[in-house]
Amino acid sequence: MNTALAFLAQTLRIAVPYLFAAAGGVLAERAGIISLTLEGFMLGGAFSAMLGSYYSGDPWIGVLCGIAGGLAFGMVHAVSTIRFKADQVVSGIAINLLAIGLTRYFLKLVFGSSSNSPRVAGFSAGTSSTALVTGLLHNPLIPIGLLIVPAVAWLLYRTPFGLRVRAVGEHPEAANTLGVSVKRVRYAAVALSRALAALGGAYLSLDQHQFTDGMSAGRGFIALAAIIFGRWDPVRAGIACLFFAAAETLQIQLQGMQAIPSQFVQMIPYVLTIIALVGVVGRAVPPAALGRE
Amino acid sequence: MSDPNAELMREENPSTVSESMVIIRSRALRDRVVEAVLPPLVALLVSIVVGDLLILAVGQSPGAVYRLMLEGTWGNAYGFAQVLYKSTTLICTGLAVAVGLRAGLFNIGAEGQLAAGGLAAALVGLALPAGTSALIAVPLCTVGALVAGGAVGFVPGALRAKWGAHEVITTIMLNFIVLALLSWLISTRLRVPETLHTQVIRAGALPRLSAAWSGFHGSAANGSIAIVLCAAVILGWYLFRTRGGFELRAVGLQPEAAENAGISVGRTWIRALTISGALAGLGGINFVLGYEHYYEEGFATGAGFLGIAVALVGRSNPLGVVLAALFFATLLQGGLAINALVPKQMVDALQGVVILAMAASVPEVRRLLARSRGKR
Repeated sequence: MNTALAFLAQTLRIAVPYLFAAAGGVLAERAGIISLTLEGFMLGGAFSAMLGSYYSGDPWIGVLCGIAGGLAFGMVHAVSTIRFKADQVVSGIAINLLAIGLTRYFLKLVFGSSSNSPRVAGFSAGTSSTALVTGLLHNPLIPIGLLIVPAVAWLLYRTPFGLRVRAVGEHPEAANTLGVSVKRVRYAAVALSRALAALGGAYLSLDQHQFTDGMSAGRGFIALAAIIFGRWDPVRAGIACLFFAAAETLQIQLQGMQAIPSQFVQMIPYVLTIIALVGVVGRAVPPAALGRE
Repeated sequence: MSDPNAELMREENPSTVSESMVIIRSRALRDRVVEAVLPPLVALLVSIVVGDLLILAVGQSPGAVYRLMLEGTWGNAYGFAQVLYKSTTLICTGLAVAVGLRAGLFNIGAEGQLAAGGLAAALVGLALPAGTSALIAVPLCTVGALVAGGAVGFVPGALRAKWGAHEVITTIMLNFIVLALLSWLISTRLRVPETLHTQVIRAGALPRLSAAWSGFHGSAANGSIAIVLCAAVILGWYLFRTRGGFELRAVGLQPEAAENAGISVGRTWIRALTISGALAGLGGINFVLGYEHYYEEGFATGAGFLGIAVALVGRSNPLGVVLAALFFATLLQGGLAINALVPKQMVDALQGVVILAMAASVPEVRRLLARSRGKR
């Protein structure tokens, strides 16, 4: 019983950054903007959250700074893809490289280190095994992360804004004819999406009480895999996130037992995504206007 | 003669038809040159401005930093040789991405293809008996790298052609899968204990350039650059002088029209991504055959992604790719030269800036040209 609870608790803790990023990514993708950038926004969010917490000593200021950092990065991305109509794949890769480069540069500049920041104030989730479950509540970003998926689903399916987002992502010309400003809806969706991805990053650095170089470590791409595996539906994507996190937890708990090599566990999300795209588990059909002007 | 041309003739009032054709052709040529050259120049300018800001942020003078960067790269033999070494891998990944783009496909999998090529070159070199003549061993190892990279590239091609799975996603996912597989192979079977690399290859090592000229002493630059430049020439010939290359470009420009003209789009996609993967795999020989003589995990981290920047700035043209690879290699090596004044991490950020500026300026320049054509 205790091990089952511990397993669940650890799964949730691992899933939170995925949930934030995937929820945000679904929103942008449904508006027609490709979310290869989740990785970069998570990294940027993690760094600016650490910076905010470092200077203020308050993790909540860190959270706000993380969101602000994600928004700033997100605006660069939004302007390049929406205003300049830059290829979304190319600009997405550029944003990821930019995030890696800028965080490294300022890490070196501010803290004189090429690997990690000093310890900052963060949210502690309790490390001893008995406190694992109650510890989940000590870190307010965990319950927020669990609620964010239903919130985005509600936004997408139950509000006029969500209807516009979906219209813009499926058929921008039709949306335009009906008087919806495609650009404005996309700017809003991208901004919201990037703030969420950055929150996922902020969770990482505030949970570990420091920023380490490249700490997003492919999580943005796992979130993207979850989005595709969940066929662009926030709830299904959220379930995929939980599944990937459970696989990771299993791997951590099996470590030392040599049951399955860790590399094969790491592959699970990526292999499943390709299988989903090939159509074995039901065809993954992206929003019709994804990546188009 | 079509209507726009007739209109042009009226406007310019040239004395003869042939003269008007010259005007039209030179205009088309000028537009093409502008379209090819202007975006990289804009990107360069933007990256210099951002670089200035980053340099000023640490309180240094941009002029001094850029001078130091040039002195540390093109200003001395060792620095120049290092630029050559770093550009060799980038030429391969750049060509790989370029072939894909010519066929209308985005290969983001160069990272994994490069690693697979490197491991294959090392495995062939390990399997050959010691003392095998380089004349036999080097081609065999090179073919190994090409085949392994090509095999990794074939997969997303087939997935796209048979099932419509988008190559951007599948190549990203395959990067993780291939790198995890290689990591597993290395950690369980192939590595020298306590390290992340294989044994030193028995045959197939390429000579360093410093063997030919002592001024390059200490640099990793090696003979693989000759092989890689040959690959660039062959690719240029293939793309622009052969039927297969024509089909590939036709599919990239207008898949529907190509299909109607009797070209199998699916097969061309598979061919393009296989060639693309093979070229990325070829990059593995630079490190494995030319530098360390073993495969090491993570030997070329980032070179695959940088290949995207190289292909974009080089406008998917083999010559352009070579020049762009030299530019980015200069940035990489220059970063080391300026590290005392400015954190070398600056160049990591500048790579992103260059790609972003390219991505934004290409459609902008195209629109401006279209508008100016419309006015004429």
